[in-house]
Amino acid sequence: MSDPAKPRMPVESGVPDAFQFMHPILKKNYGKWKWHERPRPGVLHHLAESGDHVWTVRAGTQRQMDVFTVRKLCDIADRYADGYIRFTIRSNIEFIVGEETKLAALIAALGAAGFPVGGTGNSVRTISHTQGWLHCDIPGTDASGVVKALMDELHEEFANERMPNRVGITTSCCEINCGGQGDIAVNIQHTKPPRINHDLVANVCERPAVVARCPVAAIRPAVVNGKPTLEVDETKCVCCGACYPPCPPMQINDPEHTKIAIWVGGKHSNARTRPTFHKLAVAGLPNNPPRWPEVATAVKKILRTYQQDARDWERIGEWIERIGWPRFFELTGLPFTPYHIDNWRGGRGSLNASAHIRLSAGTGSGR
Amino acid sequence: MLDQLEGGPWPSFVSGLKRLAGAQDKPYAGMMKDLLGQLERSYETKRGYWKGGTVGVIGYGGGVIPRFTELRGEDGKPEFPEAAEFHTLRVMPAPGMHYSTDALRKICDVWEKYGSGLIALHGQSGDIMLQGCSSRNVQPCFDEMNELGYDLGGAGPAVRTSMSCVGHARCEQSCYDEIRAHTQIINAFLDDMHRPALPYKFKFKFSGCPNDCMNAIQRADMAVIGTWRDDIRIDQDEVRKHVSGSTRQAVIDNVVTRCPTRCVSLKDDDTIEIDNRNCVRCMHCINVMPKALRPGTDRGVTILLGGKRTLKIGDLFGTVIVPFMKLETDEDFEKLQALSQNIIDFFAENALEHERTGEMIERIGFANFLKAIGLEPDPSMVLHPRTNPYVRTDGWEEEVAKWNARQGAQDTGGAP
Repeated sequence: MSDPAKPRMPVESGVPDAFQFMHPILKKNYGKWKWHERPRPGVLHHLAESGDHVWTVRAGTQRQMDVFTVRKLCDIADRYADGYIRFTIRSNIEFIVGEETKLAALIAALGAAGFPVGGTGNSVRTISHTQGWLHCDIPGTDASGVVKALMDELHEEFANERMPNRVGITTSCCEINCGGQGDIAVNIQHTKPPRINHDLVANVCERPAVVARCPVAAIRPAVVNGKPTLEVDETKCVCCGACYPPCPPMQINDPEHTKIAIWVGGKHSNARTRPTFHKLAVAGLPNNPPRWPEVATAVKKILRTYQQDARDWERIGEWIERIGWPRFFELTGLPFTPYHIDNWRGGRGSLNASAHIRLSAGTGSGR
Repeated sequence: MLDQLEGGPWPSFVSGLKRLAGAQDKPYAGMMKDLLGQLERSYETKRGYWKGGTVGVIGYGGGVIPRFTELRGEDGKPEFPEAAEFHTLRVMPAPGMHYSTDALRKICDVWEKYGSGLIALHGQSGDIMLQGCSSRNVQPCFDEMNELGYDLGGAGPAVRTSMSCVGHARCEQSCYDEIRAHTQIINAFLDDMHRPALPYKFKFKFSGCPNDCMNAIQRADMAVIGTWRDDIRIDQDEVRKHVSGSTRQAVIDNVVTRCPTRCVSLKDDDTIEIDNRNCVRCMHCINVMPKALRPGTDRGVTILLGGKRTLKIGDLFGTVIVPFMKLETDEDFEKLQALSQNIIDFFAENALEHERTGEMIERIGFANFLKAIGLEPDPSMVLHPRTNPYVRTDGWEEEVAKWNARQGAQDTGGAP
């Protein structure tokens, strides 16, 4: 392997075999499950056609885990849960046991080790997690810190099922939105065009590719101080940051002007309504580490309003669809601004082309 | 500042980073001490300090995310030298993200030897992310992981690591063998994963039912969603139990009136009747009454194409390209693989640089895309027909004849 004349070539083995790592009861009943129920928050109970039962305990993790934490979770699995685990798409860990009598000790062990049990049913789910300052090359904010700070405030809603329906919160540390669509999405929103270091552009950036990257054709070739570079038409620029990854001298991140926006009503599932994108609720919140208190306040306000006003099974987007956006802004106390109106392609489809308006005494201008 | 993220009830990543930095007997303690130094600086200045580069393993063109520090003094020397190289290896987990503790411990052992001891389980693409490896250690780390049976995932303009739900392994709502689909499709495109040469990324995601727990419709270029053609299975005894354990009004409010196509009725004897011909397979009633209602048994998949996140033209949903296909026999899976190959070939030849499938389809037109791929138009692909006359329709009679021929083939149960 260490002979430089004959380098080791990769074994292109692809996707590992899942069955070697699967709990034996899951393996035995593969594709033959009958029903499930949730005996308590954080616990799922599945019955197979064969009559076999499994109980799953779901717990939150910090996703970015040190090997000591991973081994601690393995120790819990070995001692209380048959030596198998799996992870969910939201970085929760799941322990699977074949006997109900094993649940209490498993749940107690997780609690003692500091892993909150929950994230099932109508709970606030673990916030989806991107990379942020820890490892991304273009981050406007951190990811792990935002998730930690918000989950500290929302952990009771993770551990209980007392929302009208599930709430998936997402975070994204730039406008590419790696965190995806969320019932509530906490995303970076830049507010100023990139600041360009003209000395570096020609050497660092493939200029035609950068020009092509701009969604509004605001970038054009230029010469500054005799050097070939790029310039931005700041009247066209939408401050999305798309030019920054292919051209780091076009710095989009700014300690003051990089803000946080909160979006609401995204939904992946096809249940009841088709999947939906999230919509802008509020922008202009400060990017305020280490605990982002202004973001937490706004998220909690939206969450509590939803909890109080929505009907059973309504996701946040479905709730707003029923009560209407004017009422959403009224109930949450959030302002409605020109920035909420979509000027992007297809944006006309989001305008109200009807006389359907929820009126009440005092609505609108005039007596 | 990072200290303030150690308290509170949620597990703290900062405490984990500090555990690694404090493990004086481990090779990574210095690296993690410097990593904490750089991260603390980011918290103070609100700036990121990583840049990319070129780091890889022999034989592959992707799968490693290079990270070099940008925090350097006037002399060009890194301020936090031991974390100056902090690369990520993207490693594909088993479908469904199942692990034995033995397997997970072995990953930890390799990673402690060569890397930082920091593992993300998992990244947004579904990879095990081994975060924090020096350039020198990338190759030996990969070699040992590879010997353990793991392969690198995708990065850059390539087929990416896939995700599939727990599905058949533990869910009664699962409508196809997700593990088989995930494994077979991804393993058919390893060359396009490991040697990035596509216009941009291409993602497959596999969800066993329309609850779409993998967020496939919004996040995957090709979303494979389980569904069924026959009737929802009803256990009327369990329906009665559900009604008596709840209230009639709750069942009416939460099940009957929430059906998007009004096809559920609660009868006077507390049983349920479903107009299956008009059911859109949304899953809501099944989600509310999982003991009483189950998907049918004539199962298969709906396939959507073109989902993606914001850049460049805005978020796009995937849209239906195959309303229904069976996915049970070897031939069915081969058909899915052939369709995937066909689409990736077309994408490779026709998309612009850095253009996703959804953007390509928006640019060239969906009808043109269907024709190029050889898929027949179907009314399930649209919410409604066009509302403007700006189309040249002089091929109308030919297209009507094709439609009639397809209808006739279906009526007689003929192929395909």
